[in-house]
Amino acid sequence: MIGEKVQRVEDERLLRGQGRYVDDLVPGALEVAVLRSPHAHARIVELDLDPVLDVEGVVAVYTYDDLSGPMAEPLPLLIPHPALTQGRTQYALAKDEVNYVGEAVAFVVAESRYVAEDALALIRVTYEVLPPVVGVDAARRADRLVHDDVPGNVAARMEQSVGDAAAAIEAAPHRLSLDLTVERSASMPMEGRGTVARWDPDTKRLHVWSSTQTSTGLRAAVAAKLGLDLVQVDVITPDVGGGFGVKIMHPWPEELLVPMAAMALGRPVKFTEDRREHFISSAHERGQVQHVDVGFDDEGRLLGLSVQFWHDNGAYTPYGLIVPIITSTQLLGPYKPRAYSVVFESLYTNTVIVTPYRGAGRPQGVYAMERTMDAIAAYLGKDRTEVRATNFIQPDEFPYDQGLTFQDGRPLIYDSGDYPASLEKLKALVGWDEFESFRQEARASGRRVGIGLACYVEGTGVGPYEGAHIHVETSGKVKVAIGLTSQGQGHQTAFAQVVADELGVPFEDVEVTTGDTRRMPYAVGTFASRAAVMSGSAVALAARQTRAKALRIAAEALEVSEEDLEIVDGQVQVKGAPATKVALGTIAVLSNPLRYAFDEASKLATQFTVGDTSKPPIADDEEPGLEGKDFYSPERSTFASGMHAVIVETDPDTCEIKVLKYAVVHDCGNLINPLIVEGQIHGGVAQGIGGALYERMAYDEHGQLQNASFMDFLMPYSTEMPATIDIDHLETPSPLNPLGLKGAGEAGVIPSAAVFASAIEDAEGFPIHAMPISPSELYDLRLQHGHEEPS
Amino acid sequence: MTEPLHDVRLSVNGVVHQVAVPARRLLSDALRHDLRLTGTHVGCEHGVCGSCTVLVDGRPMRSCLMLAVSASDYEITTVEGLADEDGSLGPVQQAFKECHGLQCGFCTPGFLTTITAGLEENPSPTAEEAREMIAGNLCRCTGYQNIVASVLRAAELKAPQP
Repeated sequence: MIGEKVQRVEDERLLRGQGRYVDDLVPGALEVAVLRSPHAHARIVELDLDPVLDVEGVVAVYTYDDLSGPMAEPLPLLIPHPALTQGRTQYALAKDEVNYVGEAVAFVVAESRYVAEDALALIRVTYEVLPPVVGVDAARRADRLVHDDVPGNVAARMEQSVGDAAAAIEAAPHRLSLDLTVERSASMPMEGRGTVARWDPDTKRLHVWSSTQTSTGLRAAVAAKLGLDLVQVDVITPDVGGGFGVKIMHPWPEELLVPMAAMALGRPVKFTEDRREHFISSAHERGQVQHVDVGFDDEGRLLGLSVQFWHDNGAYTPYGLIVPIITSTQLLGPYKPRAYSVVFESLYTNTVIVTPYRGAGRPQGVYAMERTMDAIAAYLGKDRTEVRATNFIQPDEFPYDQGLTFQDGRPLIYDSGDYPASLEKLKALVGWDEFESFRQEARASGRRVGIGLACYVEGTGVGPYEGAHIHVETSGKVKVAIGLTSQGQGHQTAFAQVVADELGVPFEDVEVTTGDTRRMPYAVGTFASRAAVMSGSAVALAARQTRAKALRIAAEALEVSEEDLEIVDGQVQVKGAPATKVALGTIAVLSNPLRYAFDEASKLATQFTVGDTSKPPIADDEEPGLEGKDFYSPERSTFASGMHAVIVETDPDTCEIKVLKYAVVHDCGNLINPLIVEGQIHGGVAQGIGGALYERMAYDEHGQLQNASFMDFLMPYSTEMPATIDIDHLETPSPLNPLGLKGAGEAGVIPSAAVFASAIEDAEGFPIHAMPISPSELYDLRLQHGHEEPS
Repeated sequence: MTEPLHDVRLSVNGVVHQVAVPARRLLSDALRHDLRLTGTHVGCEHGVCGSCTVLVDGRPMRSCLMLAVSASDYEITTVEGLADEDGSLGPVQQAFKECHGLQCGFCTPGFLTTITAGLEENPSPTAEEAREMIAGNLCRCTGYQNIVASVLRAAELKAPQP
């Protein structure tokens, strides 16, 4: 079934309204509202809770002063790095100072969210407002500081290099410099954050359900912060209404405060984020300012590349330097820079924190590199595809070592790929060579069109590991547990396909559970396009173990050699003599020697029925049960790649930018389910179009987010999407994992800013150095470049 | 001060419920939390995303923009009421399943109700009309390609068999 367009098993319940998302769970739980800072930068002078305490229906109000022990410490810095010398994280509830509009100040628990919100309006806070730092330029000026003890607002400065880029550029026949910017956007899943917790005082166990991309990470954080043993905490991720990165950030203040309150109050407590809260108190991404110096020869071959960039990390750095490290390494894409140096500063501003959003720093890196490629082509008067092809790593050069350290601390070595083949496919798919005649036709009728392309390489499937547990019931049903979570990627379907093939059972008999720490307590999470690679591989390995055990038991039962057996459709049978067979469910019965018979099936396994009385019922190297458990831990990431092209039309008068054609060539190795992979690409492209043409976080100089609603933050509707997205797959399997997989989740969004900049530049004839680009910005650019105002 | 409650008759998916709710209780909250019909989802609470769309006398309505106390006189249909009488998936639901028209499933109930009403008005839409039919609902997962395909497929499934 691997490789087939299997319809998803998730859909039946989701389509009937029987999905279970966090806010659907634990009816009757107390509900939470959070008082959030209205100021971007301020000291808290006084907090007056008196007016709230007598409000009917309010059960508890917490501020920083009510926190103790580890809860009173700053939240964890999840991914420390030696270069992050000035890492700062917020408190679960603000202590003395607030550093962005939306930072949690007080936490109200009430009989309903309505009452809790009433109570928020009665809390009186006196702030001493401080001047805020908003945007990269203000952070670099550093005439104001976000954190008094962080000089220059610099959280980290990091440098990597291969060869002597400065000397290579100096000696190159041609040189160019580019200054580029990318604005902020955000994951913006349709379901916001949410957490519900129930403390069982009888068993002293805490049950937490959270809309998270990592149940095991959250479990460890909750246990550490609330002073519980790990085994006292269960975290279950129910259906999740989209993540796209923002839900890998953990623990959010509410993810700790909700269980804390549930324990203290002895009643279940629920937090359901509303949309405005999601804008101002979850996380954003993307904002960077970049400077590129490049040296190249007459063919456009890179000789030296030097990149500096400034990364806006918002008010705190809980997720470390992951995003800028990815930008700085994945910037190289499918190219050989020959000599490369990159230095970035990660800067504090008084805005919402910046953590990975689908693409996670790659869109910015690809943008820098692809703008550079286009600039070289323009300078030399060459076709943009030729300049790229000149710089490609060739198929016979894999594994290819870029000489850098990747985001997982491991060497940046590409495992496989075929970039020239991808480019040929892309050119054919979009009609690259025919475009000039189309342009002439369009021009003749007063239309302005442009074509662009962008290439990327994406490190996917980062470690450290994922695991899978498979249990075959005596009914023959196969129960699979993986630790990472699902936010709509169809894991229950894709991994059931893997088990069906590897174990030899009907797809319908396989049920996959995700993100439940009771079933699989060792896991990392769903991010970095890693689920298929990591869990898919672990599931395959666990299925192979289960299969091997089934064959061992069956060989004994049928008195044949294991090599002569195969498993087909849930039956272990003799090859060439399929009538000699035993059902997998029966093997499960035999695998578990019993003293007691519970039903007809288990009678077969009781002590007076089976077994060689000269041996122990369970051999020394066996365990009871037909089960398999295994983990997959790769030496390093596997590198997917792809190329996008877009044809746009820009309106000569209104500057509206319309997508006429969008083409994607994508290489994620072997596909488990092409239906799901294509869906991932569609969604990524939509987010990319949003990020390139519409979405931005409109902070004013006071640090107020002016567009914190769906009325004002413009995400694409169906009408903003092209009629079709043309997709072609190339499959160069990864040699690093058992199924030859590479990740696919983020790919669709990675080259978007770059590909649109390329196409709009081509349509307009002047360089594009800032993305996203709105019609009014395009209008201003036209005026700057001497176009006449339309009369 | 105790908030006054109002007795409201809510007729949802053909079943009549009596609930006592404060005047300010949103229809979306009443459906989800008072009637426990949690298939209707709330994505923005300001009427933009369309996730909470239900049918009010057959017409699509944002249940986050309607108060429960104002819903007494109407027949309300939620996603839980879209299955066929024999319990199998309704045509719009079936089309979404066949066309991979959903990923996380959060916005899906709003699309299903919107399209159900849309196909009553226009039983055989063109691709462009299908795109327009869903143009008021946000989805962050699918890029809408397969939702448009689902609209067209649902129209096929609903069409009288020759």
